[in-house]
Amino acid sequence: MTVAAGTGRTTETGEPLLRAENVVKHFPLGSSSLFRRSRAVVHAVDDVTFDIRRGETLGLVGETGCGKSTLARCVARLFDLTSGRLVFDGHDISTLSRHQLRPYRRRIQMIFQDPYGSLNPRRRVGSIIGDPFAIHGIEEGGERKSKVQNLMELVGLNPEHYNRFPSEFSGGQRQRIGVARALALQPDLIVADEPVSALDVSIQAQVINLLAAVQSEFGLAYLFIAHDLSIVRHVSDRVAVMYLGKIVEIAGRHDLYTRPRHPYTKALQSAVPVPDPDLADKRRRIVLTGDVPSPIVPPRGCRFHPRCPKAQQRCSVEEPRLEPLAGDPPDHGVACHFPLADGEELPAGAVPPAGAFAPSAPSAPSDTLPAAP
Amino acid sequence: MARFLLRRVALGVVVLWVVATLVFVLYFVAPHDPARLIAGRQATAQTLADVKRRLGLDRPVLSQYGSYLWRLLHGNLGYSFVNQEPVTSIIKRDLPVTASVAFGGAILWLVIGVLSGVLAATRPRSIADRTTTALALFFYSMPTFLLGELLLLGLFFRLHLAGVDFFPGGGYVGITTSPVEWARHMILPWITIALVTAATYSRLTRGAMLDVLGEDYIRTARAKGLRERRVVYRHGLRSALTPVVTQFGIDLGTLLGGIIVTEDVFSLPGLGQQIVNSITRQDLPVIIGLVILASAFIVVANIAVDAVYAVLDPRVRLS
Amino acid sequence: MTQRLAIDVAVGDGLGPVGPAKRPIEGRSPWRLAFERLRHDRVAIASSVVIVIIALMAIFAPVVAHLVGHGPNDQYRTTGLSPEGIPVGPNLRFLLGTDELGRDVMVRVFYGARISLLVGVVASSLAVSVGVVIGLMAGYFGRVVDTVLTRLMDVNLSLPYLVFAIALISVVGPSLLISIVVIAFFSFASVGRIVRGQVLSIKEKEYVEAARSLGASDVRIMFVDILPNVLAPVIVYLTLLIPLSIVFEATLSFLGLGVVPPTPSWGGMLASSIDYYQVAWWYVVFPGLGLLVTTLSFNLLGDSVRDAFDPRYNRFFGTTE
Repeated sequence: MTVAAGTGRTTETGEPLLRAENVVKHFPLGSSSLFRRSRAVVHAVDDVTFDIRRGETLGLVGETGCGKSTLARCVARLFDLTSGRLVFDGHDISTLSRHQLRPYRRRIQMIFQDPYGSLNPRRRVGSIIGDPFAIHGIEEGGERKSKVQNLMELVGLNPEHYNRFPSEFSGGQRQRIGVARALALQPDLIVADEPVSALDVSIQAQVINLLAAVQSEFGLAYLFIAHDLSIVRHVSDRVAVMYLGKIVEIAGRHDLYTRPRHPYTKALQSAVPVPDPDLADKRRRIVLTGDVPSPIVPPRGCRFHPRCPKAQQRCSVEEPRLEPLAGDPPDHGVACHFPLADGEELPAGAVPPAGAFAPSAPSAPSDTLPAAP
Repeated sequence: MARFLLRRVALGVVVLWVVATLVFVLYFVAPHDPARLIAGRQATAQTLADVKRRLGLDRPVLSQYGSYLWRLLHGNLGYSFVNQEPVTSIIKRDLPVTASVAFGGAILWLVIGVLSGVLAATRPRSIADRTTTALALFFYSMPTFLLGELLLLGLFFRLHLAGVDFFPGGGYVGITTSPVEWARHMILPWITIALVTAATYSRLTRGAMLDVLGEDYIRTARAKGLRERRVVYRHGLRSALTPVVTQFGIDLGTLLGGIIVTEDVFSLPGLGQQIVNSITRQDLPVIIGLVILASAFIVVANIAVDAVYAVLDPRVRLS
Repeated sequence: MTQRLAIDVAVGDGLGPVGPAKRPIEGRSPWRLAFERLRHDRVAIASSVVIVIIALMAIFAPVVAHLVGHGPNDQYRTTGLSPEGIPVGPNLRFLLGTDELGRDVMVRVFYGARISLLVGVVASSLAVSVGVVIGLMAGYFGRVVDTVLTRLMDVNLSLPYLVFAIALISVVGPSLLISIVVIAFFSFASVGRIVRGQVLSIKEKEYVEAARSLGASDVRIMFVDILPNVLAPVIVYLTLLIPLSIVFEATLSFLGLGVVPPTPSWGGMLASSIDYYQVAWWYVVFPGLGLLVTTLSFNLLGDSVRDAFDPRYNRFFGTTE
């Protein structure tokens, strides 16, 4: 991603394009009709704050179930927020009705993960890409068709295929169709929910390059969601790491990869496949024990503490705030009581060893494990 | 299981209430003059006034509705206009005929339908299969009354001409009077009712059986050395029965329709013919009574069907 | 967006050079594919031909009447009835015989086709239209709307249809229009249920989400995005509903609750023929044949249509394999 540091990053006013403040999204479980007391709630997104500036790409990574897709849909206002604020270009869009949101729909668009499910199989591609025009009443007939064909060319599709059906295209081409549809109304922000996860690796590169080219051409901002760190690293200016509904670390991409502060970030990085088999053998994989806990009953205190090799008593009680460390650049925030120092390594192998840390016991052993030899 | 049934019963009660209300609205409130309807077209002004007063039609609608429901709950379905006979006694009188036709027909259609379906399924693509499928399609397309007429024409009349008097040309003989005669008179009506609907069941069973017989657990049963017959009936049929039961619930309405028409064709003095005659004579109380009875029957039968369904498929009970 | 970007299109796309094509490329829609399959299905062709013939019979009934010189309601008591007053069998003058009033059976059968086809097709179409709209609304809006509409459909489905039809028509009086409305009324709920089920699953698909994210209104989503995807089973159901409606109408006419005599209808003719079947077999057989052939053809066509839309559905086996 060759967007230079200065391109479109800072606006004239310095205001971010999108600001999410304390966004919370909970889903009630079970039928709420008869029993008013909604017992269980899925804490999909729990108090998330970040901004996206014009023309920049904010990457968002995390395991499955960490809430990143939900957050994406909250930003695109496909969901109502349980609480919190969303400010887009200075306007508070958190509680707008569907009707009031319409003008903003032109400026925030979404690209979906599944190339097979995100296009209506019974509609022709030209009609699908032309949908944004039709919905907002822009352009008619011939004008619309030529715009659609321009879009198709833009994303690398043959405009002669205007009348084809999605089933006649490959996965990569379908994602291009999705991109064309998202670009139709020249939005300011595109929320891309794992746009390449469902594609072959060789095709992934093409689509990512397409997204990059389009961004530099039109000054778009992206919220780029993925679970693959290496992809995110390639495309983003800044990266946020999510865990169980919360952002645990957010930093410029260079900082995140060279000086990760949060143990989870470190563990994620170690899990990225390395192409060179010799190198892969040599490096130490950090294996976190256990599965991601349920978002219905998240752990108390820091949500990561049951799986964290550095966890101590304080972590099971007090939730860490997302803030920069002394000495770190101000845009590098981390939510951890015991962040990693420069060059600090986590022990390789299963972490933490069974029984080393009992979160609920009042007097737990408090020291970190010895560093690996 | 109990809760499941309870819900069904509750729903059934609601349906019955809706039906009763609909009927009430239809006959007492609809934008025509109920009194004229009841009194008949040639009624004089005096008769009209009398009828109005007698039926309480000059009272406010809600109070009429109230007393209507009240009477219904007490099993009072009114009195026939034709001969003042209580509707309930009319029902009692004609029910055995209809019941004979209905049960015989239903049993026959289930047996023929399911067995032919099984037959076809166990010998896919054979002559038996093709014939069954073709016959099923043929009978499925035939209206019940047409089949009845054709049977009368062919099996009764032609045979009669040829000297074979096995099938009577209609009429009913009570089972208590003479079981043999009863059965003899019932055969053609039973066939009429059964064949048309059996066609659906044949196709249904066949499809379901084929699905089931392709399953791995059937293959296992065979591999274990179970006799083919046991495999087919004990294992295969059991699973294939659920769609049949579901369909049966839906077909109860069809059963009633078939009965009405069959009784007409074969001159059977049952409830079906009663309702048709009542319409010609505009005998409102009888019509109303029979409509409500029919709905009650369907509701009860549906509950029974649901119960059987729940026994066959435990998942239903627990949902 | 008038600038063109030089996007590096990798070889893997296989798109070929961008340039004017000789012919505009037409997509092969799922409809087209289904239609192609249908075209090669001999049973479908045969039954379609038969249906067309019957339709022609209906349309040209007056022409036929004119040709033989007998109107559908003209009574020929001298030539059409025997000296004892019994209907006359098929002969040179009355090709399919006469009925108890000396009317030409053939002409009446032709006219009867009109009623059956008209009511069958119109009632089914009406039922399907209503059912689709209700199913769409119930499935899409969910919650209260869904509960109310589903309960209504449930109640509708649990009414004994013939009994109720009888009750209804006896109050308002029989007529062609009433027949159509009543039949449609008792048929729409099954369509509604099917459509609702489909909508419930389609509603969760990503392309519906995409449409919403674009700002599409509910109505637009229902009719532009969801409806085309539920149409396939609906069309199959329509072709199977038509013969059911025809039978329903014939039954109503049989009971005297359909079209009013002397308008010829197959059901009505079959009702009268009961009293005469011993002496006039043609009076039973020919209207009966008309009914049977019509419904059989529609049923066969319906089976083929279902096959065409879902080739995995093995008609012979009744399974999806």
